Order: sequence, then structure tokens, then C-alpha cells
Amino acid sequence: MTTTEAVPTSEAGNPIGFGRMLRKEDARFLRGEGNYVDDVNLPGMLHSAILRSPYAHARIVSIDASAAEALEGVHAVITGATLEGLGLAWMPTLSYDTQAVLATDKVRFQGQEVAFVVADSRYIARDALELIEVEYEPLPPVMDAKKAMDPDAPVIRDDKEGQTNNFIYDWEAGSKDDTEAAFAAADVVVEQDMLYPRVHPAPMETCGSVAHMDSVTGKLTLWTTTQAPHAHRTVYALVAGLPEQKIQVISPDIGGGFGNKVPIYPGYVCSVVGSIVTGKPVKWMEDRSENLMSTGFARDYHMKASIAATREGKILAVKVDVLADHGAFNSVAQPTKYPAGFFHIFTGSYDYPAAHCSVRAVYTNKAPGGVAYACSFRITEAAYCIERIVDCLAAELEMDPAELRLKNLLRPEQFPYTTPTGWEYDSGEYEKTMRVAMEIAGYDELRREQAEKRAKGEYMGIGLSFFTEGVGAGPRKHMDILGLGMADGCDLRVHPTGKAQVRLSVQSQGQGHETTFAQIVAHELGIPPEDIEVIHGDTDNTPFGLGTYGSRSTPVSGAAAAMVARRVRDKARLIAAAALECAPDDLEWDLGRWFVKGDPERGRTIQEIAMDAHSALDLPDGVEGHLDAQVVYNPPNLTYPYGCYICVVDVDPGTGQVKVRRFVAVDDCGTRINPMIVEGQVHGGLAEGIGMALMQVIAFDEDGNNLGGSFMDYLLPTAIECPNWELGETVTPSPHHPIGAKGVGESATVGSPAAVVNAVVDAISPLGVRHADMPLTPANVWRAIQGRPVRTDMAVEQ
Amino acid sequence: MQTPAPVDYARARSVEDAIALLEQHGEESRLVAGGHSLIPMMRLRLARPEMLIDINDVDELKGIRVEGDELVVGAMVRHAEVLDSAVLAEHYAIFREAEKVIADPIVRNRGTVGGSMCQADPSEDLSAVGAALKGTVEIRGSGGSRTVPIRELHEGPYETKVGPAEILTEVRFPIRPGAGSAYEKVERRVGDWPVASVGAYVVVSGGVVADCGIGLTAVGATHFCAPDAEAFLVGKEPTEENLAAAAQLAAESCSPNSDQRGPADYKKHLANELTQRALRRAAQASQGA
Amino acid sequence: MQVTMTVNGVEHTREVEPRMLLVHFIRDELLLRGTHWGCDTSNCGTCVLWVDGEPVKSCTMLAAMADGREVRTVESLAQGAELDPVQKGFMECHGLQCGFCTPGMMMTGRWLLDQNPNPSEGEIREAISGQICRCTGYKNIVEAIQWAADNPATSEVTS
Repeated sequence: MTTTEAVPTSEAGNPIGFGRMLRKEDARFLRGEGNYVDDVNLPGMLHSAILRSPYAHARIVSIDASAAEALEGVHAVITGATLEGLGLAWMPTLSYDTQAVLATDKVRFQGQEVAFVVADSRYIARDALELIEVEYEPLPPVMDAKKAMDPDAPVIRDDKEGQTNNFIYDWEAGSKDDTEAAFAAADVVVEQDMLYPRVHPAPMETCGSVAHMDSVTGKLTLWTTTQAPHAHRTVYALVAGLPEQKIQVISPDIGGGFGNKVPIYPGYVCSVVGSIVTGKPVKWMEDRSENLMSTGFARDYHMKASIAATREGKILAVKVDVLADHGAFNSVAQPTKYPAGFFHIFTGSYDYPAAHCSVRAVYTNKAPGGVAYACSFRITEAAYCIERIVDCLAAELEMDPAELRLKNLLRPEQFPYTTPTGWEYDSGEYEKTMRVAMEIAGYDELRREQAEKRAKGEYMGIGLSFFTEGVGAGPRKHMDILGLGMADGCDLRVHPTGKAQVRLSVQSQGQGHETTFAQIVAHELGIPPEDIEVIHGDTDNTPFGLGTYGSRSTPVSGAAAAMVARRVRDKARLIAAAALECAPDDLEWDLGRWFVKGDPERGRTIQEIAMDAHSALDLPDGVEGHLDAQVVYNPPNLTYPYGCYICVVDVDPGTGQVKVRRFVAVDDCGTRINPMIVEGQVHGGLAEGIGMALMQVIAFDEDGNNLGGSFMDYLLPTAIECPNWELGETVTPSPHHPIGAKGVGESATVGSPAAVVNAVVDAISPLGVRHADMPLTPANVWRAIQGRPVRTDMAVEQ
Repeated sequence: MQTPAPVDYARARSVEDAIALLEQHGEESRLVAGGHSLIPMMRLRLARPEMLIDINDVDELKGIRVEGDELVVGAMVRHAEVLDSAVLAEHYAIFREAEKVIADPIVRNRGTVGGSMCQADPSEDLSAVGAALKGTVEIRGSGGSRTVPIRELHEGPYETKVGPAEILTEVRFPIRPGAGSAYEKVERRVGDWPVASVGAYVVVSGGVVADCGIGLTAVGATHFCAPDAEAFLVGKEPTEENLAAAAQLAAESCSPNSDQRGPADYKKHLANELTQRALRRAAQASQGA
Repeated sequence: MQVTMTVNGVEHTREVEPRMLLVHFIRDELLLRGTHWGCDTSNCGTCVLWVDGEPVKSCTMLAAMADGREVRTVESLAQGAELDPVQKGFMECHGLQCGFCTPGMMMTGRWLLDQNPNPSEGEIREAISGQICRCTGYKNIVEAIQWAADNPATSEVTS
């Protein structure tokens, strides 16, 4: 199924199926009538604020909240001691570790939650924070992951029985022996240390919740910024011992998620406790510094990559050793069997037989997290790693990086392809996609221009990135989060008048689900998309599923929507047969209508069938009335979108400033349900690449201070740094997905940083630079040129 | 979102009114103009004035005009107005070049010249402009008005000679026929504070530098200027060699701190590099190139 | 203290603390929730609205400072059922995804076009350079404002 097939349009001008369609959800956002969590306003609602630790590592000697409690307008001050009594001072994380809700014994990162104030207004709540007296005994902090396993390093998690150091886990994938053998036999071996620094998704809307525990009915209604409402509901039931049928989690409009809104944060739990304690609804909304300092960060992988090749440029093997900084609690969210997420897809898009990776994860005195920010479960780290080391190999071989890639890309006939670390890529025509990108970029012309500029002492760089990622977690046999299998449900009801409601388990944070899922159902059933209402985000009204992250909505829930629509279509056939008094096998389907083979005048539209289904029409045995269906989709595999990106930069060596001149992105995400939305997703991810490559980092100093705690220091790209994106497409459907779609939400975030970094290094390579770590701020670029690169994640004397 | 501590509020109708309110409410009262330095600090509770005196309606403080051989810019002139001012652009390109890289367009609608000068951030771009042009400020209190050269205005980071019951009313810049000027800024991203900025004017006459001014910010230059470099250059031809030597002197007089914007050695390098670039363009502009 | 301001053409008076930020006044006192907030340091621009005809970051102004002034928010862009060309442009060009930065972007876009009916791409990017979007990568926002420039409202009266 491709978008080149002609699709009929509805009376409203929308495609009945795949194609460009304006978004149904826009109407409310354009008028400022979105309903985000901070817009939720309940009668008697109270507000709250969290007191946070100024220290990265300290013992709590005492907490005196009496002055705060006495402040007029304050209803409650909750501390770790309060929660301990309720058994809620600690909660499980999505990685089977524990995390403090409010600190009891120690604080373990700057910004950690210490006390929760409930008051009449957010102003009073903030005033009350200043009246809480906490006595701390500072302890030496562990701020450098490289020193976390030193024998004399302070032990951060002394709350865990048997924990005598800062070790979390070791993990590996691939074949060490085969890889070592390949390296031993290679003509050329290139090694490079590379850091993917700690960054933060920073959606424009911060995290928050409104908790309403109704003391009469015992029902807890929780409006919250969550990408996974059902998973949250189940975890609250397990953790707080609340009956799950009495918990309703509502994820209203979400102002961006990007993985930041997957975890359960202490603030949410505190708002629930606050509501229980005060008997009133309690709103908690974090401010931006809290968001940046305490919620789920992303990346923080120290990688040592090595690549082995023949002199002619045939890759033989790749190995990577990773030191993973997880912060003070291991709270990463990824399928249980993969503690390092999908990092072992680092083998990338190339054909070679041997690979091995090892990942060591450690605790540090920083906020917990690691898996977030459109990472596809660590595929951002993996894609960056392989695309950087391939460029390093090209430099070593003095070979054009495009030529080197073309020499090694997997070929179409090799699919489905099993990588040396066990991934089964579903489909791909890699060279075709790469050539489209090179064509759009005018690659050869760019290289000519670069040569001319170099002769004049001007520094222009061209960077490529070819990525393959795996999304749509995942088959329940292999993938669960906290024991919850990653299969998702979808319900479809066609009403008597032929209009439909489709209920999803996934949750949009801007991806346009209210439009695209209507299009999927329209594609299968022929009901115009404007007649299909998409319902999501309310656990009382939608089927169970693991939510939206890791680009899984289209591969999993999109498949579920297609499958449930097909069930409805199959049922419609039976009902049509009853109405037409013929056998079901006598009927043929033409979008929106079952008709008698050879007698096309005799048929029933889906709308007519819907009315038939609800009428008094006599139905055969075994056929139930109404026109509804329900599906739980267990994906057989991940899907593997891929793409080729080309970035062109100009670097001023006198100042180190980088200007991104052009960015070409050719994506293959299989079937494109709504090309307009696909392009929007790509544009957004490309901006992330610019940001991460050039300006974003959450750095720390040795005293434990978070240096990226506001938008003055954690810099995000604006319309000035982002060029006019040039997009292309190829379409290679996924063979196992019902509509051939692969998903695209994170592709551009995965693929773009390497393109930018490769471009900058390419620009300054004549000055002797082979690698420089992100973010490539002017200072970092200049220092790299001087041969004295800086460490970008730590403020140390350099 | 962060919220300020409790504060009182009064709106001044004139400069006299503002001074009287400052005197009445004492040292814990602050003037608020654009508010884009003060209010963020109040929200973070780093600043906790007890009384805010709003001077946004004080018309006396507004306007840009030529007065004799000086450009006069009222303290309440917004950054956006400086950017758009044809009068200022006619005399010195440095104003537009600097304002284009100060904050962002929305903030420039509110931030004021007086506010920025009085905030005295060690990375303030307007301080480099004012120091480069060897401007003066007028400071008024109940005892009358006094003139202070911008190169003597700052007493330290965030501290100026403006007293607790005084108000900076206007900034004056000498008009210099034949001067060329330029501003060079390196920032990590648009709208950011400078990693380093340099502004300069040069008057080339008879093939040599007759007069020049060099202002630097964010690099720990005393009083945001480089008088030794200026003295070196006067009387010399604006050759690459001389500009480089002047830039070297300017850089040597700086003592930047290492921070997230960059290490000290890089900032010192920028002081040198940007001084060369600013002088070069200013000299070219003066020579009509 | 008592604060009176005209918001979207309607005068409102409320008793508030002097320290109340304008964005909170608009959202929590007047229940106009289209204006948002997103940071602590006046960087993000989700709070942009107009005061006396100019876009301002309303998180960096006290309600008291807007006393006696005219404020315009995103809710004023549409005239009943009829959307402003800027709003139509955002719809046509997919200029929004999560919608959180959108009101601020549209208010700045509307102001830009009122000053400069035919801005270049560079002028549009410059105008929104003080506002952050995490979803769109800006290209479609720029196209949305260009669309509005190319498709201004007609002078016909619409009921």
C-alpha cells in the first residue's frame, strides 16, 4: 500500500484512507481551547509545591515544617516521614529499582523531592516552602560516572540491602569471540571515545497532575501528563494499594511528551496523597527548573567504539563498550529483558557478521532517568555511535563517507535480515533511499564546493547519517514493562447511523492521532474520517495498552486499529449477507460497501449495514447484533523505519561558530498514513538533532550543582538555528504490519545528531580534528581545533 | 511556575514622583521599567524588593533625539526602539548591530536602555556599546542631576553609581563625524548572553586612526573598555598588523571567567579575535569602504 | 490592590495581590486559558500576548503593570466562527502539533503581519526567534505565517 494509489475523498474533501488531511484536533488548539492539565480547574481545588534539595548528596538530619504548616492558607505539609507511615516513601521504578517519593534518610541528587506543601494558591504554596527548615549534613557527591566505580567512591544507594558500591548492572550482546577474531584479522582498526551527553526532552508543557480522591465513592480521578495512562493506573494500584477499578487516569491534551511523560514522578504520588489527606482535589504543576532538574533526562552514555575493516573499506566488525550514567535511581523505562534498551542495534544499517557490546550502568548523584527524548529505547545512542565511527573509518581510509556507506549498506535481497546482535530487520531498500538523499542534496556539487572553499581557507562540512531503528515494542513474548506485556487493545463501535468511535490505548502528545487513526479506520471501512471519532487518554473509556513512546503508536496501535476495523468489516459482511439474503461468500468489498459479485447494484453500504446491525433484522446463528469489535494486537516483531540524512554546515574557525546551512532528510517509514503529519514529525526531530549536536547539555560541576536547570543554560534551538528542512521519501512497507506502516515519530531525532556532528567534524578535519563531543558549542569547536577538546558533561578545570 | 515574594506596587507619574517614592519607601524599593531583569529575579526570589515603583508611564524618560553634538537616549527607550531608530543608525551602525543580538524581539519590546545599564550585568551588551562610544549617563536625585561617564558608572557586577533614591534618566553619546562603528558578538544561540562581545568605533582621518573606542563585555574588561588598546591605535594606520596588536592589548586587559559559555582561554581568544573584527569593519566604514 | 484592564475588548476589574503575574491573572482570574506558561526565565514564549498593541511575555509582567492597559490574547483572534488568517494558516500548513506554543506563535505572527504584510522568510524566523517550539521544527510555523500573508482577510463583512 503506497500513497500513490488514488484515494476517494469524502464530501468534506478528506481522503477516505491515507493521504494529506488537515487535522481534526486543530480546531480547539487554534482557539486557545486546549485542555491541558494546568487548565483543569475543580471546585475547591488546592495547589501545591515541592521543596527540593539544594545538595546532590546529603544526610537529612531534621525537617521542621511547623512554620510552614502555620502559614495562613496552608492545608498540609507532607514529608518523607508522613509517607513512610503510609508505606509510600519509596515507590518502584519501571526498572525494578526503587525511587524515593519524598526523601527520608538522604537526598541523592540536587533537586530531589523533600517535602510537599498543599495550599490555597500556588503563591502561598511557594511562600510556605521558604518556611520549611531542613538541616542537611552534606556528603561528598559522585558526579562523574567514570569515578562512580572507584573503590573509595561514596555509596549512593545505601538504602538498598547489599549495595556496597554504585554498580547497577553489566549487560552484553553479540559475540565477543567472533568480534575479537574479526578485529584480529582486520587491515584497519579505528577506535573512538564518544560521549552522548545528558540531555532533557523539555516539552513546552511541564509535568503535573490534578488528583481528586472522592472520599464518598472511593474513586480516585487523576488528570496527569502521562504518555501511558493505563500503565500508570496499574502501577498506582500496585504501589498505593488502591483498587484498580476505582482509579481513573485521564491524560487530557498533552503539551509534548518526548518520553518525559512516561515515568511516574513523586509529584503525582504526592498530589494523590495530598488529596487523600485534605479531602479536596490537589493540583501539582512543576516549574521549568524542576522539570529540567528532576524529571526523566535522556542519554548520558560514555561510549568507546571500535570498527574493523579491510583496506578497501569493507566493514568486518564493530564493538562498543558503554558506561551508562543512570543517576541516583534506576528508573529507565524499557522492556524488562533489555536493561540497556535497544542499544544493541548499534550494528546499524551495514552488512557485516560480527559485533559485540557491553554496557555497565552506574549510579551517580544526579536525577534518575536515561531513556527519554525520542530515543526509541537507546537507539539514539546506538545510531549516533555507529554513524560516528563509520565516519571515523572513512577519514582513516581517506574515503568519501558516502562511498564507504554505499559499499556496506544492506541490500534489498538480504531482508528480512538478522543482525549480529539478533534484531530481525523487516524490509529496506537502503541504497535507493541514500541515492534520493544525495540527489536532493546535490552531493557531488557540494563536495566540489567544499574543495573550492578549502582552497580559500573557508570551512564547510558535509555530514551523512544513515540510520535504521526498531520501533513498535513489542511482541509480548519478549517485551514487557514492569511485567505488563506490550500488546495494545483497540475498540471500534459503528453507531446505527453509520458514524464510528474508535478507542485507542495510546495517547497523543501532538502526533495527530485524532486524525491519523480516523484515517486508518476510514481506509479499512470506507467511513469518511470526519465521521470517525478517536477517543483516547481516559482509562475508564479506552482499552488497555502500554501507551505512546518509542514510536509505537502506529506500529502497534495503528495495527490494532486496522485489525479491529477488519473485524468490523468481516462482521458487516455477515450482516450484509443476512440483509441481502445471500451467502457471505457471494459478497465482494469495494471501499465502504459489500455488494453481490456479478450484481453490483445489489449491495449495502457500511452505513446501511450499521443500521441493519442495530435493527430487528433476523441474524443467523452465531452472529451477534450491533457493529462493534475489539482487538488486542500483539505485534509479531518490531518495525524498522530508516533514513538517510545529509547536513551542510559552515564553520568559522576564528570563533568556533557553526551555522547549519542545509539539512536534507529522506525517510522511509513504510506506508505514510498522512504525509503532512509524517513531515511534521520529521521536521520536529531534525530540530532536536540541531539542538543536541550544537547546544543542549545538562552538565554538572564537581560539587553536584546542576548547570542546566533553566532555559538560560539549557538552550533549545529556535527558528534561527533551524534551516528550511528539505525532505524526501521512499516507501518500503513493513511486510508484517497490517497496513505496511512502520512509524516515524522518533526517526529524525535518532538520525539527525550524527549528521550534524559528522558535518562539523568534516568541516574542521583539515585542521586536524577527527572527533569532537556534543554539544558543539562555539567554545567546544574552537577548543577541538586547538587540539585541546573540552569535556562537555562536567565543569572541570580544562 | 515560580512566583515572586509579596511586594507592594506604586506607579510613578513623573521623575520627581519616582524619586519621591524611592525616598519614601527606602532601600527595599526598586524601580521597574521593562522588568525583564528584575521580574525573573523576583520570581526566582533572588530579588525581594518590598516596593516596586513602575516608571513605564513617565514620558520624560522616553524618546531619542539629537541635542547639539550628542545623541540623547531616554532611559525608558526600549531596545526595540534603539534597533529601529533611524537617527541612531545614521550616526553609528553599532546600535543596530548590537540590538539585533540583544535578547529576542519580544523581550526587546519591553527591556529598556536605562534598565539594562542599571542592571549592570557583567555580560551586558549595551554596556560595551556605551563604553565603546565613551558615552555618559545622567543620574537624578532629589538634590539635582549629575553626569557620569559610562566608563565610570560600574562599581562591580550588578552595581552602579546610581544611588538608592536616584534614577538614571538618559544616556548620551557624542556624535563623531566620519566615525565608522561595528559590533561583534559570539553567542551559543540567538538570544543568549554573549560568550564575548566587542564593539568599536574608529575615525580614520588622513589615513590614520584619529580616534577610536573599544568596548568589551562578558570578558572581565575593567569598565567594559580597553583604553591601552585605544591609545596604541591612535595615530597609526589601520593595517592588519596594527589592528592585531591593538586586539592583543585589548585581550590582555581582560580577565574572563570559565563557565558554561566557555573556558577562560577561549574567551580571551574571542576578546582578541572580535576586537580585530570590530576594528576592521569600523575602520572600513569610516573610510567609506 | 484593584486592577482593571481591557482584555479582548472587555473591561475586567479584580482584587489581586500586587505580585500576581499577568499570565496568572489572565489564566486564573479571567479564565482565559489559551495563554500558557512554560519556563522560569522568560525564554520560551508560550505566554506571549499583546499589551497596548505589542507582543509581550506575560510571565515577565505583573498584572499591576497592565492596570489601565489593553490586553489581547489568542481568544480574540477568531471572530465568532471565522478564524483569523493566521489561525487558518496554522491549520492549512500543519503549523501546530501539541498546540502548547501555538497561541504565542500566532499572536506574534498576527502582530508581525500587521506591521509588515509581506515578510520574508528571514523576517518571520527573526520575529519568532524568542519563542520555542519542540514539535514542529519551525518550518511549518513559518509557512503558516506566510500563508496568512498570502491570504489576508477580505474586507467583506462576515456575519
